[in-house]
Amino acid sequence: MDTIFDIYLLEAIVNGVLLGGVLGLLALGLNLVFGVIDVVWICYAELVMLGMYTVYFLHVVYGVPVLLACLGAVVVVGVLGALLHYLVIRPVLQSEPINQLLVTGGVLFFLQSFATLVFGIEFRNLGLKLPILNFGEMYFSYARVLAFLVALAGMVGLYLFLTRTFLGTAIRAIAQDREIMPLMGVDSRKLYLVTSGIGGGLAGLAACLLVLQYDVHPAIGLTFGPITFMICVLGGLGNMIGGFVAAFIISQFISIGGFFFHIEWGYVIAFAFFILTMFIRPQGLFGK
Amino acid sequence: MLKLEGVSAGYGDFQALFGASLDVQAGEAVAVIGPNGAGKTTLLRVISGIIPLREGHLSMEGRPLDRVPAHRIIETGIAHVPENRRLFPRLTVEENLKIGAYLPAARSRFAERLDFVYSLFPRMKERRNQLAGTMSGGEQQMCAIGRALMSGPKLLLMDEPSAGLAPVIVQQVFDLVRRIRSEGYTVLIVEQNIQQVLKVVDRAYLLEVGRIKLSGKSADLLASDEIRRAYIGL
Amino acid sequence: MQRDVIAPLVIAALVALAPFAGQTDYFIHILVQILLWGFIYTAWSLMGRFGLVSLGHGAFMGIGAYVTVLLWNFFELTPWIGMPIAVAAAVALAAIVGWPCVRLRIVGHYFALVTLALTAVVALSIVGLRDITGGSLGLTPNREAAGTSIYAFQFASKTVFLYVALVLWLIGLFVWRAVDRGMGRYALQAISSDEDASASVGINVGVEKIRIILLSAGLTALGGAVFGQYQMYINPETVSGIGVSLQIVFAVVAGGMFVQLGPTVGAAFTLILAETLRILIGNEYHAADTTIYGLMLVLFIIFMPKGILGAVFAGLERAKAKAA
Repeated sequence: MDTIFDIYLLEAIVNGVLLGGVLGLLALGLNLVFGVIDVVWICYAELVMLGMYTVYFLHVVYGVPVLLACLGAVVVVGVLGALLHYLVIRPVLQSEPINQLLVTGGVLFFLQSFATLVFGIEFRNLGLKLPILNFGEMYFSYARVLAFLVALAGMVGLYLFLTRTFLGTAIRAIAQDREIMPLMGVDSRKLYLVTSGIGGGLAGLAACLLVLQYDVHPAIGLTFGPITFMICVLGGLGNMIGGFVAAFIISQFISIGGFFFHIEWGYVIAFAFFILTMFIRPQGLFGK
Repeated sequence: MLKLEGVSAGYGDFQALFGASLDVQAGEAVAVIGPNGAGKTTLLRVISGIIPLREGHLSMEGRPLDRVPAHRIIETGIAHVPENRRLFPRLTVEENLKIGAYLPAARSRFAERLDFVYSLFPRMKERRNQLAGTMSGGEQQMCAIGRALMSGPKLLLMDEPSAGLAPVIVQQVFDLVRRIRSEGYTVLIVEQNIQQVLKVVDRAYLLEVGRIKLSGKSADLLASDEIRRAYIGL
Repeated sequence: MQRDVIAPLVIAALVALAPFAGQTDYFIHILVQILLWGFIYTAWSLMGRFGLVSLGHGAFMGIGAYVTVLLWNFFELTPWIGMPIAVAAAVALAAIVGWPCVRLRIVGHYFALVTLALTAVVALSIVGLRDITGGSLGLTPNREAAGTSIYAFQFASKTVFLYVALVLWLIGLFVWRAVDRGMGRYALQAISSDEDASASVGINVGVEKIRIILLSAGLTALGGAVFGQYQMYINPETVSGIGVSLQIVFAVVAGGMFVQLGPTVGAAFTLILAETLRILIGNEYHAADTTIYGLMLVLFIIFMPKGILGAVFAGLERAKAKAA
């Protein structure tokens, strides 16, 4: 009896790790945008939702191969991210931080309703039959394992971009000293636009991984959005490595909490942990 | 090379410069000296386009800069070493230098210029992988100058390079300025440490409350009673 | 008397007369909604105007509604006692979360996100306690046979609720005014802009902040409780949750959070807009109304950050300045 119990718990832990990879990727885009532009995209998860719909429509309705459909989603959401910056964020860059927060909240409302209007409230899925992997007595969905691996690859890719290229180095620099960037010949406006595009692209990549595992519907953003913010703040807003680590902590709370209780309680514990952490370390677990 | 005619500028309601004119010839080292709050930093910031020009004209090698956006000034060959160095503290020394070579034209010559900066400042080569924020003030100043040189400038603007440094280090910093000169760069330097800077430059302008009050060869200024009494304290 | 006393009283008198002018139930229903939400929005703006942007008011509203109904359904405790208990519970929660926030100076983005997490905790707990709360399916107060019972706080007539909502709304406005007066303009600004400066002029910023947070949470819970009794049905989506928290913030932003009647204008504007769009477009196009609503919010924040009423007042001030 005991051994079986442990196996299930272990399965939950491993599933938590797999979930952590996807959450980590989700947090990455948000953190990048915050670190560079100093604006929190409250509507970030809604971009992910649109990415999921993009994959769904390209693949299921227009018959595009899954891989191409995913590439399409990355591009579409990347463009949406840049548009969001150009149309919504740029006009409020000089206003109160609270207005910047609220304006993207308005976009959240808009995108969620717009998706309902256009796509309806039905739950849709790709209908892919992905195999179940088993190790001994533990079972894992292939989709989760794949999502985890791609998420890791995405993170490594971003890391290399940020450390090896001129553009990436400038993106890290602008988060440290905004004012003197023009002296280096850097056009901040262009850099913001590019960063928003990359942030959107990461949201698109996360969307591809999520749509493998979950049905898409217009309100799905509300499921992932808040947890993504918590992860970013826990890791120290703008701190990408911190956010990555926090994703694994939070996903364990969800996975193990959901194992012992009902899945909502996993989330409740994760959110409560977040509030408590803010009281103990307001700058986040890994903030400076 | 650089020419300012009747330049006025300020921040909001506050005007910091009132019709200042000056020029810098190729190969020269020129200083702008004056007390705290005279508008020296504003002057450099106007040249770099960080602060908009309100009146007057600015030109570099005959090309007007009046309407050039800040991030394109560096393309004309002007590099700015800002006040307090302003390195990116959580980037390494080499990454700071890399940002200095952000311009497309500079990127292709990145390796070559990096070698040049490292030969100029071997200390920077030793510290290439250290976070810039963890270095001493003098080392940071080297890195800041190196970063400006990475763009391959003709004219180097230096804002108070000796500010906030220990006296021994100040001496080293002025040695650095001499070395930069000897490499053939044209330099416009703003300083409060008047006695020191006048030993390094060819000519100087005295700025007081936003107006040029005096200008001349540094030897003459060093000998001038007015300067000696007001600023050197002799 | 001042404008901020006369204007609410005049509006209240007009609203009070509405049932005598032979208005339809639908019209009364809209009025009740505007007043109840106006009250909750006013409660939110007590904090919002100090830069304490809370996304946690869905939690307080949910506690107000759920505690009241649960006490009634399980213990037959009259809402007259249940509502104060619910308010006390919300205030206690606000204290537990608010005090550390104030002490640790958790502000701006961080305050918004901590309170967002609070909303998530409460809404998910309501769903998770499905054995007693009915989970996401919601909950209906046990109905008194007569339909109307003062003891059960259930009234078949919408008109009764109109007066209840009206009284509540007036209370909200006068609390707003009292806070505005009690602190003085200088202190208000000092708290929201620079804590150190206000501490040096002898205002205990922490104490003032926590008082406002508790007041705001308590009033919101009261509004939630009455709203539940009026609707006779509550579910985690409509009275708690992140959606509600965002709805509150946006309506206030649309109306204007720095003027007394701004939140009410926000309530009227958003409800009338939603109803008009619903009638114009019909139910066929689900969510067309909220799509336009969301778009307008974005435009509001970009072009009219002071809200409708705030912009109107600013325009009047400018006109006055020009005339003088």
